[in-house]
Amino acid sequence: MFQSFLIKYAEIGIKGKNRYLFEDALVRQIKLALKKCEGSFVLSKTPGRIFLDAETDFDYDEVIERLTSVFGVWGVCPVVRLEMCEPEELAKAAVDYFKKVYPNTDKTFKVFTRRSNKGYPLDSMELNVCIGDAIIDAVPGIKVDVHNPDITLTVEVRDKIYLYSEIIPGPGGMPIGTNGKAMLLLSGGIDSPVAGWMIAKRGVKIEAVYFHAPPYTSERAKQKVIDLAKKVSKYTGPIYLHIVNFTDIQLYIYENTPHDELTIIMRRYMMRIAEAIAKESECQCLVTGESIGQVASQTTQSLVVTNEVCTLPVFRPLIAFDKEDIVAISKKIDTYETSILPFEDCCTIFVAKHPVTKPNLGIIKKHEECLKEKIDDMVNKAIDDKETIIVSED
Amino acid sequence: MECYLDNSATTKVYPEVAKLMNKIMLEDYGNPSSVHTKGVEAEKYVTEATKRIAKALKVNEKEIIFTSGGTESDNLALIGAAMAYKRAGNHIITSKIEHPAILNTVKFLESEGFNVDYLDVDEKGVVKLDDLKAKLSQETILVSVMHTNNEVGSLQPVEEIAKIVKDYNKDIIFHVDAVQGFTKSLIYPKRLNIDLLSISGHKIHGPKGIGVLYANEKIRLKPITFGGGQQRGLRNGTLNTPGIAGIGLACEMGTKDIAGESERLYDLKGFFLQEAEKIDKVVVNGCVKDENGNYKVRETAPHIMNISVRGLRSEVMLHALEEKGVYVSAGSACASHSKKESSTLKAMGADAETMDGALRISMSEFTTREELEYVLDTLKELIPFYSRFVRK
Repeated sequence: MFQSFLIKYAEIGIKGKNRYLFEDALVRQIKLALKKCEGSFVLSKTPGRIFLDAETDFDYDEVIERLTSVFGVWGVCPVVRLEMCEPEELAKAAVDYFKKVYPNTDKTFKVFTRRSNKGYPLDSMELNVCIGDAIIDAVPGIKVDVHNPDITLTVEVRDKIYLYSEIIPGPGGMPIGTNGKAMLLLSGGIDSPVAGWMIAKRGVKIEAVYFHAPPYTSERAKQKVIDLAKKVSKYTGPIYLHIVNFTDIQLYIYENTPHDELTIIMRRYMMRIAEAIAKESECQCLVTGESIGQVASQTTQSLVVTNEVCTLPVFRPLIAFDKEDIVAISKKIDTYETSILPFEDCCTIFVAKHPVTKPNLGIIKKHEECLKEKIDDMVNKAIDDKETIIVSED
Repeated sequence: MECYLDNSATTKVYPEVAKLMNKIMLEDYGNPSSVHTKGVEAEKYVTEATKRIAKALKVNEKEIIFTSGGTESDNLALIGAAMAYKRAGNHIITSKIEHPAILNTVKFLESEGFNVDYLDVDEKGVVKLDDLKAKLSQETILVSVMHTNNEVGSLQPVEEIAKIVKDYNKDIIFHVDAVQGFTKSLIYPKRLNIDLLSISGHKIHGPKGIGVLYANEKIRLKPITFGGGQQRGLRNGTLNTPGIAGIGLACEMGTKDIAGESERLYDLKGFFLQEAEKIDKVVVNGCVKDENGNYKVRETAPHIMNISVRGLRSEVMLHALEEKGVYVSAGSACASHSKKESSTLKAMGADAETMDGALRISMSEFTTREELEYVLDTLKELIPFYSRFVRK
């Protein structure tokens, strides 16, 4: 029954003179999202809102799914579109709409008309009454409440007439491409895809780096990370995924530093490599899925020590999240099932029984001195040899 | 150099088989049940394949049932027999080292009210016959023991088992899962007193998705799928003509010279185990030595070898070997993250380090001595390197 959609956005609405940049970005992202859908659509921008008119047959569920995945969309209203018609016919259509969308309702309602087409024979107040009366007559049990209705049926009279009352919430946030670019450290776990999604939701374009450690981690572990990036790319658009072979560095650290500091020193080198690739790719920041106290390398003391190697800001959107909250988001964005597949990631292979939880930066730096003979070459080689693939939805 | 030594997982299809199947799919694609010429043409392939398999097993053609593979053959054998004979008793005996296709099927039968006993194995991975004698009872209707163990390659004494079972009560049905053993050992069910025998296509250089259940004509079975009444109503569904023709030809090719080919593989196995054992940290599983210090490979399956690199997790070795072009499997089910499944090594009493480091190397008729030499050299290179890095 629906032929159009009204797309509402919230936060962009408050931007000042830059607003058109955000709106244009949103329109671009919506167009990209619709490319994946069957059918052809026309987008039109009006102040504060975007109208989407279907010109052909389309799959309603698919379009809703796509639109409500676009960052910046606050909500989507499915709209019934009518050709210009007389008030009687309009009232009849509104009754049909009501009967279809709310069969057997005992709720309260009001009609809200916007008449931008000033040539229409009735004004908005008259239309409210005309349509409201028709609905009361036709739908038994329905009552009017103009102050606090359960249902608000909006009628917009423009060059055509639009009817809608339901809003399907979108993700909110801001359209991708309006807030620079970030390099996400993506492991195969639950947290990092969620962290990437959250940062992307603020309009940030995402690239990702994954540390691969064959033969300790398998091709399947790598495929799992590609699959995760694919899931996230549904929201963010194509992701450049940089795959870095970390085995040699890891083994070198293993042989030359105290075992209980292995993980923390490894993490410092991962950050260094991620930052170097971030700078190459013109990212302004790094993103990790770290959360205070989740594991030994994520105590505040450990985070300080890993953070110390970076000059770019490191964003940790999950820093104060409990695991169950992270899991809830990962389920919502459909990365959870992939994340829990049982393949080892490179952080867990050699993990000490009792890793340091309160590392001392001075001592860690001193122990890193033991690596100086080869480590820079190894790091450069790892960066040079990285494999970059563009991951996007099928 | 690429060495595919995971033939117990699956095998490369014979080119002749692929060619035959290709022709059937593109030209002779009729439904063997159709009445017209296209159907008759297709049916000829089925008849021919049935003949080939019956000949290889020395059984009657009407005793051959085509299934979707080893798993379905096992399911049809166990569930089909248990349902058909449930009035005679409710006791089933199998072993602790069976494939999940058996273990999970008897688990289902347990949930349906059958009692199941699981036979112990010795340190070589061979079922204990005394245990079998002790567990047979008046209620026993079905015994199922595999021919060749898929993890360590131990051969089960199916002939003795059949004798013990039939001496106790000739009406007990004896099923053998021969998925790993067929074409590697001489297996003639009628001579061995086996009532039901499972075979899989893709383990013998045939296609995937096809298997055979030999069912002695005197045995009653209940179907486990229902439909158009094909294969005497025992296995319903349109016949998989390309698959059937494929397994038929693979069966004929694979059984041409079992004695000669198994001798060749035994020599290779003896050579490999003898050399592998010399490598530091390597132990051999499921094969013991004679008084002269030679592995008694002929007491085991010719093609399956199981070794452990002590102190190194199988996955690490597996992926390290993979980087060198060598494809093997982790040697125990426990090592491949499926902790629920049985592990033959565990049943054999192996310690944790042996299980964690177990690798299964499984050969085929295409395996050469050069390949094994390459694997040995690779192991000699990899083991000392990776032994430097262990979890502390």
